[in-house]
Amino acid sequence: MPDWLATLLISLLKAVLVVLGLLTTFAYMTLIERRLLGRMQLRPGPNRVGPMGLLQPAADAIKSIFKEDLTVTLADKLVYTLAPIIAIGMALTAFGGIPAGPAGSLFGENPWVYNLDTGILALLALTSMGVYGIFLGGWASGSKYPMLGALRSSAQMISYELGMGLSILGLLMIVGTTSFHGLVAWQAQNGVMLLFQSLGFALFLISSFAEVNRTPFDLPEAEQEIVAGYLTEYSAIKWALFQMAEYVNMITASAVMATLFFGGWKGPQVLNALIPGISDWPLIWLILKIAFFLFLFIWVRATLPRLRYDQLMRFGWKLLLPLALANTVMTAAFLAFRGAGGLWFLGVLSLAGLLALLIMSDRVRVLWNQPTVRPPEDRDLVRAGGD
Amino acid sequence: MGVLEIAKGMGVTLGKLFQKPVTVSYPEQRATLQPRFRGRHVLTRHPGTGLEKCIGCSLCAAACPAYAIYVEAAENDPANPTAPGERYAKVYEINMLRCIFCGMCEEACPTGAVVMGNEFEMADYRYGDFVYAKEDMLVGVTGSLPQRREAARSGKPVRLGFQLEGQPRAELEGVKYP
Repeated sequence: MPDWLATLLISLLKAVLVVLGLLTTFAYMTLIERRLLGRMQLRPGPNRVGPMGLLQPAADAIKSIFKEDLTVTLADKLVYTLAPIIAIGMALTAFGGIPAGPAGSLFGENPWVYNLDTGILALLALTSMGVYGIFLGGWASGSKYPMLGALRSSAQMISYELGMGLSILGLLMIVGTTSFHGLVAWQAQNGVMLLFQSLGFALFLISSFAEVNRTPFDLPEAEQEIVAGYLTEYSAIKWALFQMAEYVNMITASAVMATLFFGGWKGPQVLNALIPGISDWPLIWLILKIAFFLFLFIWVRATLPRLRYDQLMRFGWKLLLPLALANTVMTAAFLAFRGAGGLWFLGVLSLAGLLALLIMSDRVRVLWNQPTVRPPEDRDLVRAGGD
Repeated sequence: MGVLEIAKGMGVTLGKLFQKPVTVSYPEQRATLQPRFRGRHVLTRHPGTGLEKCIGCSLCAAACPAYAIYVEAAENDPANPTAPGERYAKVYEINMLRCIFCGMCEEACPTGAVVMGNEFEMADYRYGDFVYAKEDMLVGVTGSLPQRREAARSGKPVRLGFQLEGQPRAELEGVKYP
């Protein structure tokens, strides 16, 4: 077998494995999410199918495959069918670049599917392609509520994509590379990026919630206002594909946060004293970190109510974007004028910024929650019965 | 929402995660009912004599907003009476599919014969099986039709899916729940 063929086959195999892994995680993610949400609401959650409800994902899969697949008469059939495929395709593709261990550690193979020098940029591009799936799906449904949901999702995506991209600029300037491997190697040497870019991390975390359409930013769905947004006219397996895309995006976002700010696949170095080499084991640390972020996603969903749409937009444009810019400028200035000093001062600055933001959060709120004062005559009319 | 409030809220949800769920997992666990619960009807008997309280007056059928009750009265045999009065209910049927468990029959009954009990597990397969006759509702009969059928099939006693908070109401004299 020629060399290139072997490489191709192995890459394909790895891609298939990643897809299978992601889809299994998606399936059990839905179960875990429902169980955890249930427990947080003092009820047991789904526990009927199989022991402890463990076969629930299988039942869901069977149900969504064999359900009747409805299509609205006015729908653009081709785009309507392609949209969920685009969404899930982009979501699945994006994950492949995340490294899960040191080179050659997975049975002599690299634990990633592809390795691009533009790593994080390519991933951001791919995930924002995912919104094409949502938008086209909403547009092709030939119905009004999906259209509204689609519009919302694209507007939301643009406003939060900016904050997201800008919030990691500081990080990229410090490290000087956009490849995931470079990022992980740098963090292994200098300590996790969270220490130096806590403000950037906070902004990135919030943007990630908006980017993957999770509560409190799940405005594209918003079932109380626009039925189910872009999903309204979808049923059966196409609907399931959209759900899959959402959850896979969530997993990808968690993996990105873990890689960018929490040291990626590297475990804590201190554990090396107990078991030599444990911090270099592939998969384990990345999976643990992803699990932590997934729990965070669920936890926030169980707690926070959804923002109003204007609040969401104001929050994105008036708070996230300027703060991300400020973070970028701060980091750039520090890197330009620091001289020989270490990075710890930047970490302190960043942390101080974050703390100031937390303390001021009640004041900052007016930015996205403007008090509306009605003119007095208007109020009197309302009191009189409004005729 | 300041960050402090968000943090407080997150703390609440995390705390609830480690509490025991309050849900009653009903078919395995029994539901707890209050004595006033309006479930399947019971036709009571006079405590001493054991005669049926129902005198076949059809007031319950007249009061029923869903027309679920059908009563056909007959003359009592003076030597061997079924009910203490002149007449008794020869046929007494309630269609449980129509019944809305409002309790009007109970209020309309002049002798306190028809009382709403506490049984509620009456899901069944055939329409005809939902029409409960007199012998399905007289005191001493425990369980609904499908429950008794299931018990007869498996040879086990009827298992009721509820327990009472306190005692049954006084009107339900003679009714014993296991």
